[in-house]
Amino acid sequence: MASVAHEGHGHDHHGEHHHHEENFISKYIFSQDHKMIGKQFLMTAVFMGLVAMILSILFRIQLAWPGESSDFLSFFLGERWAQNGVLKEDMYLGLVTIHGTIMVFFLLTGGLSGTFSNLLIPLQLGARDMASGFLNMLSYWFFFLSSLLMLVSLFVESGPAMAGWTIYPPLSALPQAVSGSGLGMTLWLFSMTIFIASSLIGSLNYIVTVINLRTQGMSMTRMPLTIWAFFVTAILGVLSFPVLLSAALLLVMDRLAGTSFYLSDIIVGGEMLANHGGSPLLYQHLFWFLGHPEVYIVLLPALGLSSEIIATNARKPIFGYKAMIGSILAIGFLSFIVWGHHMFVTGMNPFLGSVFVFTTLLIAIPSAVKVFNYLTTLWKGSLVLTPAMLFAIGLVSTFITGGVTGIILADSALDIALHDTYFVVAHFHIVMGMSAVFGMFGGVYHWFPKMFGRMMNMRLGYAHFWVTLIGAYGVFFPMHFVGLAGAPRRYYDYTVYAENDSATADMMLDLNVVITIFAIFAALGQLIFLFNFFYSIFRGPKAPQNPWDSNTLEWTTPVEHVHGNWPGALPVVHRWPYDYSKPGADTDFIPQDVPLAEGEEEH
Amino acid sequence: MENKLIILIVIILGAIAIAQLVRVYEISAKLRKNGEHEVTNRDNRLNARLMLGFMIALFIGFIYLMAAYGWTGRGEAASVEGKETDWLLNLNFVIVILIFFFTNFLLFFFTFKYVRKPGVKAFYYPHNNKLEMIWTVVPAIVLAVIIILGLQTWNDLVAPTDKEAIRIELFSKQFDWTARYAGQDNTLGKYDYKLTTDKNELALLTSNTIDSAINNMLNGINGISRIQKLLNNRDTIFNDSTSTALRTELSRKERLYRLLAQMKANHNKKLDASAWDDIIEDTLVLCKGQQYEISLRAKDVIHSAFFMHMRAQMNAVPGMPTRMKFTPSLTTEEMRKSKNNPAFNYTLMCNKICGGAHYKMKMIVIVKDKAAYDAWMKSKKKETFKDKYFPAPAAPVAADTTMTN
Repeated sequence: MASVAHEGHGHDHHGEHHHHEENFISKYIFSQDHKMIGKQFLMTAVFMGLVAMILSILFRIQLAWPGESSDFLSFFLGERWAQNGVLKEDMYLGLVTIHGTIMVFFLLTGGLSGTFSNLLIPLQLGARDMASGFLNMLSYWFFFLSSLLMLVSLFVESGPAMAGWTIYPPLSALPQAVSGSGLGMTLWLFSMTIFIASSLIGSLNYIVTVINLRTQGMSMTRMPLTIWAFFVTAILGVLSFPVLLSAALLLVMDRLAGTSFYLSDIIVGGEMLANHGGSPLLYQHLFWFLGHPEVYIVLLPALGLSSEIIATNARKPIFGYKAMIGSILAIGFLSFIVWGHHMFVTGMNPFLGSVFVFTTLLIAIPSAVKVFNYLTTLWKGSLVLTPAMLFAIGLVSTFITGGVTGIILADSALDIALHDTYFVVAHFHIVMGMSAVFGMFGGVYHWFPKMFGRMMNMRLGYAHFWVTLIGAYGVFFPMHFVGLAGAPRRYYDYTVYAENDSATADMMLDLNVVITIFAIFAALGQLIFLFNFFYSIFRGPKAPQNPWDSNTLEWTTPVEHVHGNWPGALPVVHRWPYDYSKPGADTDFIPQDVPLAEGEEEH
Repeated sequence: MENKLIILIVIILGAIAIAQLVRVYEISAKLRKNGEHEVTNRDNRLNARLMLGFMIALFIGFIYLMAAYGWTGRGEAASVEGKETDWLLNLNFVIVILIFFFTNFLLFFFTFKYVRKPGVKAFYYPHNNKLEMIWTVVPAIVLAVIIILGLQTWNDLVAPTDKEAIRIELFSKQFDWTARYAGQDNTLGKYDYKLTTDKNELALLTSNTIDSAINNMLNGINGISRIQKLLNNRDTIFNDSTSTALRTELSRKERLYRLLAQMKANHNKKLDASAWDDIIEDTLVLCKGQQYEISLRAKDVIHSAFFMHMRAQMNAVPGMPTRMKFTPSLTTEEMRKSKNNPAFNYTLMCNKICGGAHYKMKMIVIVKDKAAYDAWMKSKKKETFKDKYFPAPAAPVAADTTMTN
């Protein structure tokens, strides 16, 4: 550990003396500067998110107007996958699979944790850069490569992976079972393998940086909650992603080397396989051992960002700082012992199921603590409703709305009839598709001045927020009712209800049309963001050094980026980051590097 | 056509919106003297009001959806167990809906009320242990209630069935379901996937089916002898990949053949009887008020037996037997009346992604009252596995088992 810290130090000197020698390639492409790498993650993730959003619109059109010809579909998918503008069944599954994969891993893991951990960890801790700039660069380029492979898989002749984002074998192991389990699945597995390497390198780097490179005075209990969230997220990633890798590797072996880890007693496409003794449940255990912490890998950074945004813009200290840290740690720990709640009806031992019911419902306690602490932070505040603040408040709202349905799904007896219906889809989209994405948008609006030295347009930010909030609630709120009525997810259409239970089918179709219209509305709203984002990078008004009157260290760095972050000595920290509106102070904020006044007590 | 029109309108509106926004942006950038980081009181108040307005819209939207769709699609639970879980679901819903309204109200109301006002400073309030204790303990108590009630129900649902429960197997493959009734003895015959032949799709285990599977493996259309003949034919030369594929297929089949031979050697003929009287159906007919012990089996990939109306679900996993139980409580006729739809049918759906036609994988389920069910069962008496697939005269071994029976 000591040697790592030392290396970081040596690097500082390097930066100070030679930064003028940077050329285009070392500055913009193979950059080892954490700020640039953060921006690279953000750009890549925004692009991937855009692709995944278009995919979702494609299959939403099929769900709202099943079997009707659509120019939009034939434009994007061509005759091969949308003959006469009608989506092929196989491609429907391909679209939902890749949509889920990109959103969960590439947008919300790479984009959220990758962008903001990179940007904020050194800046808020008072470090010159990450512990290892080179590994950091490697982490991005692995991410880039895996994104590329995932996109390529959309264009192979047999189609992309089609087994759902969870790629349960045997479906994902047998090309005879579905066409996407051929080359498409191979590419999926390779892409994810590289992605996991990227995530692992990145997470190790974040952990080492947080432990070793805090500036003088920055004790663990003076760290902003963003850093706590990134730190715990990185630990979750290090402990859980390798398990996904092992799951994927065993699947690769079953596919390519004829092993039987997941395969047993199968006849597919008229062919009797000799594989015996494998268990598809093994895969599910391994997958969800990552899969559940993954939810918190996605959510914790968003909660961390929103804590910072809410405290700053409420002009109030975050309520219950230590309780917030405690709940982050509790959520992080519990997230490792709840994975079985995805498997209540898989044939897993029912006793094991009851254990998972217990642990899962426990998570509601730290989550409730977080919500109430946010509410109390807003109480008697002096709220400045910047777009970032609106998104952070939206996050709290969706965290509640998505969280409470989790209480129902965690109850195994109730999960039986709701498992794999749209109720589940609605639940996790409100948590991940709204809460986590809102956290990300809030982060972009709040730290844009730090990233690009310019301001985003605020009015466009408001427009974007309102369209997104209304659109996304419009999509995912009615979806609960589609699920309660018993609509299974990953269904190409609901003729099964139309034939046997027509009233239910009518209701599902009614709501699906509403949902799709809201989805298109919300998707178009994202154009406002894209425009604002790219326009402001080049033409936005110049940002002041500390636009939001914030306490954390990143706002003490100059607007123009320098290698090493601070031109002179590193700042020294004297207080926690939440001294907003402290009685007796002249201003309503006291940055962390301001020494305690005479007679002043730390919070 | 209608579809195209909608897309066209959406695209046009989107383009107009963007053009307008660009103009707004450029004009506002010129007009505004203050920086983009300063939120005016006007914007602040506007957004605070919008937040409150949104809350009201959200709540009204929720109540409307609940009233219009909350119960229509779901309908009445059609099983004893389903009634129990629906009761619990409603209770949980009451709890979480109260939380939803309460916390969302506080959130949006605080946003509205405490928006910045000139001259008013925020209240410095970093923590309060008593408050934090309250909102740790209260949720914990509520959750304890939820957990205890939930686990009680769960334990009932997964407990072993009564002795009188009728045993049925649901056999799943891409993309249909088959039901197998245990027959007179209420014991499902054993099976082994290697016994699958055209005549024995469910791979039931009897002395006859072992013989015919072995025969099929050796002399079938793609049997061992044909592959050997192909490979040994000196007149044909295969390219590398074809010959590798053939050799792989041969070695796989030889392995399966050895296992079948072993099975034959170890076979206990007494087991035959339990398979012979099984009844195989492509519609699931159930009896109202009768408890069912259902075993599930998958031939190719994971499927999931989803009885939406009975609130029952369990995955069917290749290589791993799974089970579920439920007791239908409403006949199809009763449900038709309650739904006011004479065409209504219970369906068994597949609810685990299983391939392109996943959404079409279903089986009609008919629930009859006791008298009608008994009559139906009686009519099936001469349609057992044995009657249908190995009629007695052609099966000498079968005669043996009939005697032991």
